[in-house]
Amino acid sequence: MIVTSKLTASASLSTVLLIAGTALAAAAEADHGGGFPPFNPATFGSQLLWLAASFGALYFLMSRVTLPRIGRILEERHDRIARDLEEASQRRAESEAALAAYEKALIEARNKANAIAGEARNRLNVETETNRKSLEATLAAKLEEAEGRIEATKTEALSHVRGIAVDTAQAIVSALVGVTPRMEDVESAVDGALSKTH
Amino acid sequence: MTIDPIHQFEVQRYVELLHISGVSFSFTNASAFMIGIVGAIFLFLTYATRGRTLVPGRMQSVAEMSYEFIAKMVRDSAGTQGMVFFPLVFSLFMFVFVANVIGLVPYTFTITAHIVVTAALALLVIGTVVVYGFYKHGMHFLHLFVPSGVPSFLLPFVVLIEVVSFLSRPISLSLRLFANMLAGHIALKVFAFFVVGLASAGIAGWFGAVLPFFMIVALTALELLVAILQAYVFAVLTSIYLNDAVHPGH
Repeated sequence: MIVTSKLTASASLSTVLLIAGTALAAAAEADHGGGFPPFNPATFGSQLLWLAASFGALYFLMSRVTLPRIGRILEERHDRIARDLEEASQRRAESEAALAAYEKALIEARNKANAIAGEARNRLNVETETNRKSLEATLAAKLEEAEGRIEATKTEALSHVRGIAVDTAQAIVSALVGVTPRMEDVESAVDGALSKTH
Repeated sequence: MTIDPIHQFEVQRYVELLHISGVSFSFTNASAFMIGIVGAIFLFLTYATRGRTLVPGRMQSVAEMSYEFIAKMVRDSAGTQGMVFFPLVFSLFMFVFVANVIGLVPYTFTITAHIVVTAALALLVIGTVVVYGFYKHGMHFLHLFVPSGVPSFLLPFVVLIEVVSFLSRPISLSLRLFANMLAGHIALKVFAFFVVGLASAGIAGWFGAVLPFFMIVALTALELLVAILQAYVFAVLTSIYLNDAVHPGH
């Protein structure tokens, strides 16, 4: 709209100037044999011919040479920008993928470490348990053996007690009484005494 | 010297080439400027883009900006299908733009201040619209003159108005550019003659010449604006008219 009003203004100004100019031109027409030059038909042929030739050449040069040239420059720039943006987004995707892979690897490593630690703990537990059991079994066996030995010793000692008691009793009786009792009597007496104590 | 503000529009014959039944096709100052404009446009755009750098320098930016400016203009007005006309609109814009701006330099010739040149360019545009419209859409192109949703009893009048407005397009397109260029240059010349005339009248005249001198400065700025604006307007209207060739339905 601004353009339109400017146009109107310039058009009306032009009209005023045109009228003034035409008046002056009319006044000066006496100097020109052919009248007002822009309306002199004698020049039309030449002007049209050279306009056709020059504008035709301009159109040819613009459409075949210059405009494709500028268009190519603009297109190349456009392509370059698009390509750079594409590359940037690709790089970004790559870096994001790398980050994701890194995090995944980190989690995997952590899980693996946990698994190894758990396995080691279990293995150690099992080993300890086995060692403990075998040790206990050994100890129990030794204990049992010792107990058996004690029992045997005790039995043996007890079996010696009767003989010693019989000998001692025979000796004591012979020392006190002066008569050596018979072995059978002493034995039965000792047996009787032993059975009482038990 | 005689005060002659229209001498600048005189076509001067440089080389006599050929006459065909009284019509001259001589090489003139107008011809020289047309060729010079085409050469200037082509050489500038080629030189500016010689580096084909990824980050454009100043001149390459100008070339790219003009490309994108016209491309956007055509795409906005005529859509993506209208981009077949991009080289045409670009050539027209650059040609008119450089012709207008070069014409502002003193002692130069302004080819766009000649009605035959602007009319030829306008007829080229309208001719392209008509030829491409019929080529692409056949008789359907005539729907351009029949807006949809108009009551049938009004239709003849509307079609008449549409046809008249279509026919007036080349006239307004060519006259607008021609009149702007012609009037601006005449006004500049008139004020320049005031300066010279007053200054030659003695000491008092020197002071009197200051006012028209500053007027010339202001007018030159205005004419620069008009020169650029008219090239822009020509290109915009061309894209809008070409849109009818691509999309004839209303």
